[in-house]
Amino acid sequence: MKSIETNKSNVSGFFSRLVRRQIFIPIAALLLLAVFNLVTDPSFYKITFGYNSAGNPVLSGYLMTILDSGSELAILAIGMTLVTAATGGQDISVGAAIAISGSVILRVLCGTNSRPETLQAPIIVAFLVACIVAMLFGAFNGVLVAYFRIQPMVATLILFTAGRPIAAWINNNELPIINEPSFGYFGGFIPGIPVPTPFFIAVACMIIIALVLRFTNLGLYTQAVGINESSSRLNGLNPAFIKFLTFVILGLCVAVAGLIKVSRFSTINYSVIAKDIEMDAILAVALGGNALSGGKFNMAASILGAYVIQFLTTTLYKFNVQSDALPAYKAIVVIVLVVLSAPIVREWLSGVWKKIRPEGHGKEVA
Amino acid sequence: MASSNKTSKTGGGLGGKMKNITDTNLLLTITIVVFFAMYIGAMVFQGKGFLKPQTFFNILNAQAALIITACGMSLVMITGSIDISVGGVVALVSMCCAVYLDFHNGNVFMAVLISLLIGLAFGVVQGFLVAYLDIQPFIVSLAGMFFARGMTTIVNTNPFNVQNEAFVALKETRVIVPGFGSVNKLGKYVNAYVEIGVIIAILVVILLFFVLRWTKLGRGFYAVGGNSQSALMLGINVKKTKFLAHLICGLLAGVGGFVYFMHVGSGSASHASGMEMNAIASSIIGGTMLTGGVGNIIGTFFGVLSLSTIQNIVSSAGLDDAWWTGITIAAMLCLFLVIQSVVMARKKRALSTKAE
Amino acid sequence: MKEKAVLEMKNIHKSFPGVRALQGVDFTLCEGEIHALMGENGAGKSTLIKVLTGVYGKDEGEIFLKGKDKAVAIHSPQDAQRLGISTVYQEITLCPNLSVAENMFIGRTSGVCQNWKKMNTDADRILQSLDIPAKAAQQLASCSIAVQQMIAIARAVDMDCKVLILDEPTSSLDEQEVEKLFRLMRDLRARGVGIIFVTHFLDQVYEVCDKITVLRDGKLVGEYEIKDLPRVKLVSKMLGKELDDMSDIKGESKPYDKDDQSAPVFEAKGLVSNAGIKPFNFYIKKGEVNGFTGLLGSGRSECVRAIFGADRVLGGTVKMDGKEIKIGKPLDAMKNGIAYLPEDRKVDGIVGDLSVRENIILALQVLKGFLKPFTKAEANKFAEDYIKLLGIKTASADTPIKSLSGGNQQKAILARWLLTDPKYLILDEPTRGIDIGTKIDIQKLVLKLASEGMSVTFISSETDEMLRTCSRLVVMRDRKVVGELSGEELSQSMIMSTIAGGDK
Repeated sequence: MKSIETNKSNVSGFFSRLVRRQIFIPIAALLLLAVFNLVTDPSFYKITFGYNSAGNPVLSGYLMTILDSGSELAILAIGMTLVTAATGGQDISVGAAIAISGSVILRVLCGTNSRPETLQAPIIVAFLVACIVAMLFGAFNGVLVAYFRIQPMVATLILFTAGRPIAAWINNNELPIINEPSFGYFGGFIPGIPVPTPFFIAVACMIIIALVLRFTNLGLYTQAVGINESSSRLNGLNPAFIKFLTFVILGLCVAVAGLIKVSRFSTINYSVIAKDIEMDAILAVALGGNALSGGKFNMAASILGAYVIQFLTTTLYKFNVQSDALPAYKAIVVIVLVVLSAPIVREWLSGVWKKIRPEGHGKEVA
Repeated sequence: MASSNKTSKTGGGLGGKMKNITDTNLLLTITIVVFFAMYIGAMVFQGKGFLKPQTFFNILNAQAALIITACGMSLVMITGSIDISVGGVVALVSMCCAVYLDFHNGNVFMAVLISLLIGLAFGVVQGFLVAYLDIQPFIVSLAGMFFARGMTTIVNTNPFNVQNEAFVALKETRVIVPGFGSVNKLGKYVNAYVEIGVIIAILVVILLFFVLRWTKLGRGFYAVGGNSQSALMLGINVKKTKFLAHLICGLLAGVGGFVYFMHVGSGSASHASGMEMNAIASSIIGGTMLTGGVGNIIGTFFGVLSLSTIQNIVSSAGLDDAWWTGITIAAMLCLFLVIQSVVMARKKRALSTKAE
Repeated sequence: MKEKAVLEMKNIHKSFPGVRALQGVDFTLCEGEIHALMGENGAGKSTLIKVLTGVYGKDEGEIFLKGKDKAVAIHSPQDAQRLGISTVYQEITLCPNLSVAENMFIGRTSGVCQNWKKMNTDADRILQSLDIPAKAAQQLASCSIAVQQMIAIARAVDMDCKVLILDEPTSSLDEQEVEKLFRLMRDLRARGVGIIFVTHFLDQVYEVCDKITVLRDGKLVGEYEIKDLPRVKLVSKMLGKELDDMSDIKGESKPYDKDDQSAPVFEAKGLVSNAGIKPFNFYIKKGEVNGFTGLLGSGRSECVRAIFGADRVLGGTVKMDGKEIKIGKPLDAMKNGIAYLPEDRKVDGIVGDLSVRENIILALQVLKGFLKPFTKAEANKFAEDYIKLLGIKTASADTPIKSLSGGNQQKAILARWLLTDPKYLILDEPTRGIDIGTKIDIQKLVLKLASEGMSVTFISSETDEMLRTCSRLVVMRDRKVVGELSGEELSQSMIMSTIAGGDK
């Protein structure tokens, strides 16, 4: 094999290598947004120290908002990346599943009374129950996808449609409210710590997944199954079980995200909670440069992608974009990013780049 | 030739029969049978509501827009693609028409034109991105859905009813269906009717059925969905075919938007929420496979009817809670997916043991 | 242009990132000739074909067709079709969800509407005239692979083409079907069609072809009349060196010892799977190389798949080293020291996007367990060792395996299984679709492994390859084991007559 690119200058070589790196996409998007904000209003990056209504020290500012609200998305992106890699499809039911697990947490904490004075069960118990329930729903999706061989998007369409009704049914369509302040720590601030708790939870999840990927073969197995199922089977893997497993892991992510979501408001609104978050989570995976058709993945890029999405959302809010109109702007940005990252466009761009370079050299020589 | 002779000899029995039914026809048959079983079941067990022909026509009236958009959806699904922006487009179209008719005192004809143009614009852009830039259709149309929903709010935030006289007249127009009238409580004979939207929907179904069955373009959609690489080798312009599928789907979403608007007569950002999911569900219930290459417009039509029939059954059974509709649709979708999956797997197994 | 030439390609260049696939290749095809295009894998045959059919654009060069004054531009398969260039590819390129007739006519007739009645009648007529056992209205997916291939050929034949390209059309056909195809090719030659025939089977080249063009490393080696180029010369032209390795290897296989009373390493009794084979008995001893032979579709692959648990096992007993074991899925077989190199490299072998390293360690990693991944250093060592040992040509261990040539992919898969240190290695068509150099490498390796005490089952479509390596052959016909040959009985004619059965 002869390389035909040896003559190229080191600079353009570095550039084209960088462009081919997967994590380049979310980093480029992040830089673009960061520069945009810097130019239009540098105060975007101001972080102020103050006290919230409960008298706790808190850091506030747009950057803190991104770190705070991006947490659920980052956690979901972890599971979504695995599901995407193994099945070549996406779970569109995560928003609905968050509603369910949030509803379960409230149900366990409140017992039969929807406005209890004290918690009816320890928070940890409620969380564990929610984990089990969310993993069961993940397992339901997993069974449909892995064993009935239904396309993931369609299979999860079922829970997408039924999830919020089920969430409402769990609490008899009532709206329970938790008065216990310690429940609010998960979605707010722990007294004395000025950084929002969801950020710590997200970081914990990232560390866990990093350890899991490092000390188990989850990464290799999911990628192998996503790339070539038949070959994986002949190498002793059980593709169906691995697909199933990724959905269960996503279920766990959903339960964590659900805890943060209900803790933020200490209550739940079945039709609004985590609305459209499935779309954001899928976009995070795509922005991370992972093929939505499965196979190889880059977890760090996905997580970064999640924060980029949140960065975008926050930037738009800052420009007083109405929350209902937000998607329109997001869509434009997403399309631009996806178009730029499309292989055909990238090939074309690097072709243009190549054309520009030699011309420059030619002029210098002349 | 030993192997093939054996195949033809053993091709008796049930396996042999199943082999000769194409995937498309097999799934279509299941759908139609289930629909009639369900409707007759409703007539028997739920009684009078379902015995009145008008109940059936009301389903049609309410679902005309869904039928149109689901047809477009089936088309892109047959080519192995998907378009989840249709619900958003329907909402955007009704809002734009509403604003144009009431705030700018426009005429109905121009409103129709606006609808078509909006639909066409979405179809062209998404089709271009999917077909020519090779971007995953799910992401493209996801962005399309976001954009359409967002734009609806930007065009006008608050929902309102349209007062434009010409439009209201059009909206109120009823087409009598001869022979299906019934006697009402006061003992007066009332004719059964459908709205104009239903006529449009049925025309769309017939037209698309014709296109898919008897035109080169239509067979091209199936070929591209079956195996796009092969289709390319067989000399089909795959990119153009995919582009056209998205274009037609967008256009039909525009038409569906206007029909929806004619039915509800108002503009609102929350209109047609979840319609894309209903359209996908209808297509799947109607036997269209998301993997592409298999599907039928008639099936989609019955898919929509099945979906709305079960909604009607649920609400007339007293489970009037809005949440229950979601659960029943999901259960039904689940059921059909599992049936499809099992039937296809068995068919495949029957074939593989017979091959060679 | 030469007088009788229907096609002339001049000075064709084509590069891919990192590879010069074609460098100044000329090719001339005359009216009414069957022209073999030969070369090892990576020689540029497929690229040349794809340039000709418009799948790839060329970087440089010109293509002339008879009846056209200027060089023609071919930008897409449609362009090629319009110009009378039809192709039948190695992989079946038809749509499984459409009917047979549609597959024959789609994309090539003008007009807006589809006339089903006319199309079906025409299709039935063509199928009948070519003696293809399919019905026009049948769904394509319900035909066997061989029949699908023939339908693809029927389509190309019916297109009134001046140039017909057959890109390894015979790899999924059995002998009678190949014979039928050849009859068809001769018939077309008589009608003045120029046929480009790409194949790995030398026998077939000498059976039907008039001329041979040899490519090597993207360059033209030469164009020869078939009578001027004996087999040995052809092979040496393809490899680029005089080579006696073919005879070298002969006789190296250990003769089968009938009196050996030692217990078999692996033994199966009445094994049957859901792939439609009849229950069969089988055993293999330590250090033995044996093989399954039979026509395509005779069930030889299905037998080894049953042994490995790749298909669902329905019955029978299996013993390893005399102990009864249960193999329900591939992992069970792997745990008992059985390794299986599958027939279809692309579908069952490689994990395309993963690196060569990950592909090599995959099986051993699965055996080691989910919670015990190899460290990067360990994995690298395994990969580097085997890349060196088997001479896998790859830029690095990090290269995605899909960018390797077929032969090197096959070596990597072989490395994967050797790494698990199996007691019993099953190789199902390890040499299919790879170049002669690698074929010989693999045959030698098999014999070496056997001499070191590994038991190997070897399956190949090429009988002489089997004869060179195996000391015992299990013969199959119609999904049944019909005989076993060893020692003196191992000869081409004996195998043929056992396969044919009875007095034939």
